[in-house]
Amino acid sequence: MNLQGLKEIAPQCWSQPAGAGMAEVRLFASRDLLEAMDEKVREQISNVARLPGLVGAAMTMPDAHWGYGFPIGGVAAFDAEAGGIVSAGGVGFDISCGIRCLRSDLTLPQLLPHAEALANQLFRDIPAGVGEEGDLKLSVPEIERVMLQGAHWAVEQGYGVAEDLEYVEERGRVPGAVPAQVSDLAKKRQRGEMGTLGSGNHYLEVQVVDKIYDAAVAAAFGLRQDQVVISIHCGSRGLGHQIGTDYLVSLARAAGRLGIQLPERELACAPILSPEGQEYLGAMNAAINVALANRQMLTHLTRAAFARILPDANLDTLFDVSHNTCKVESHVVDGRARRLYVHRKGATRAFPPGHPDLPQKYRKAGQPVIIGGSMGTGSYVLAGLAGNPAWASASHGAGRAMSRNAALKRWQGRQLIDELRARGILIRTRSLRGAAEEAPGAYKDVERVALATEQAGLAKRVAFLRPVVCIKG
Amino acid sequence: MAEVANPGWGYFEHEADIGVIGRGPTLAAALEQAAAATFAIMADPVQVEQRIQVDFEFTETDPDYVLVTLLNRLLAEARLQHAVFSRFQVRQDGERWQVEAGGELWRSDLARGTEVKGATLTMLAVQRVRGGWEARCVVDV
Repeated sequence: MNLQGLKEIAPQCWSQPAGAGMAEVRLFASRDLLEAMDEKVREQISNVARLPGLVGAAMTMPDAHWGYGFPIGGVAAFDAEAGGIVSAGGVGFDISCGIRCLRSDLTLPQLLPHAEALANQLFRDIPAGVGEEGDLKLSVPEIERVMLQGAHWAVEQGYGVAEDLEYVEERGRVPGAVPAQVSDLAKKRQRGEMGTLGSGNHYLEVQVVDKIYDAAVAAAFGLRQDQVVISIHCGSRGLGHQIGTDYLVSLARAAGRLGIQLPERELACAPILSPEGQEYLGAMNAAINVALANRQMLTHLTRAAFARILPDANLDTLFDVSHNTCKVESHVVDGRARRLYVHRKGATRAFPPGHPDLPQKYRKAGQPVIIGGSMGTGSYVLAGLAGNPAWASASHGAGRAMSRNAALKRWQGRQLIDELRARGILIRTRSLRGAAEEAPGAYKDVERVALATEQAGLAKRVAFLRPVVCIKG
Repeated sequence: MAEVANPGWGYFEHEADIGVIGRGPTLAAALEQAAAATFAIMADPVQVEQRIQVDFEFTETDPDYVLVTLLNRLLAEARLQHAVFSRFQVRQDGERWQVEAGGELWRSDLARGTEVKGATLTMLAVQRVRGGWEARCVVDV
């Protein structure tokens, strides 16, 4: 990215001043991360800055990359009373994609003799990859219950324990879900997809705490050196994909009628207070609940797989946080609390210490924030900070640095898996193509992303997690 | 942006997802090729056997939306049937589009590619080019 016209106004915070019909743009990143980003990131977030009812700046996180509509890593807040919009393109197809992080009471030396068997068991038990379905087949009325009850539905069905819900965003269920706003096709697509991981960048990873940055917060999160943890990255599956499909097209077509000049069709949006905007929000919230239930089911399947190989292991939910959502939140703007619709597309919510929505155990430490890295490098657990300048948002991953086509030309799946195995990382996947597309080298340096996230005041590093087993979707 | 050369279908660069291109002497043929490019992301079309067929139709006047509607209907049908397609036939009758897709149910020994979640409106263009038509858009994976 050419940095001309950008000014670093704070550490790791670059501003593009407001212009004609366009609000300010703020890009959070180090100079080197920014220079390596595609020019399209700036173009896409500048388009977001032209949308009506935007409050403050349109922003990108340090892991930003070129997406569709919003850039991945895009954050924008809108005020309904000021004519603000809700954008299907600001949420994307994989509604409420996110990460469930589990902590075990195992240490690395206890895991290693069983790592191969555990990898095989997880690969057998976790439906992963294109064309894989779960054992559970739901009727449409049952899917409608999932849409309303979220992870609570899963726990009621025996998938996990009630204590898990305390550590899931929104306590496992968002209000405002309206199954009637979800098409029959979307509901039918979900019938065999509960408890499935999906494909692409989705994964289930067994990791070890390799480094602690903040001992006090790590202790509050129940993390210690050499501890085994598990991260599950997936979303709302076919139902969310179909809602994205349905509303992206219908809202793009409705824009003219709704009096919205879209700088790009993919920003498909509607005024929050319009019938169209309310319909999308009802459907999107239904998909969020499905995603929360899906990760709850995968938590249960993971525990069952562990129990077969390491029967004495206990797995507790550390936290579950989504990174493709539009959430209604209260934020102080110019000294006044305002109710904002915060879009995070490939960005994680990062509530500060003391936030009332946090579980009591984490109230002093701040919200756990998970930056999922590539399968060959590692991931970070961070904590939300007071004074976060981006509507309490932070990075969600390493962020791609190279296209999938370019990665396919550069790496071969089999060779990559063998190389990772030689480094002590066991990969299980049904897709060699997928493995090549997800090569660690196709991603930004997650260490630089996490450091920039901390230096920008978005979240502070707590622990680094090194991969040991990865089930790739 | 670099493009991958292919007689009927191919790909163009997009950082997070994948751009698909279909080309043909008619609009319908270009759409068929774009569908082939999309499903080739999920499975090698050479390996996909012709065991099932689905057909559907829809009405659309805007060629851009014809492409997006076609791809998204095909993706939804594939998910509903638990199938993968590799052969496509598109017929135009004014504003009506009739579609046939052939393929098979997923089997355990069919090598998996990467799941396509949906066709987006990004870099969406369906237009006349020298010698026929070209249809392209970014698909989310």
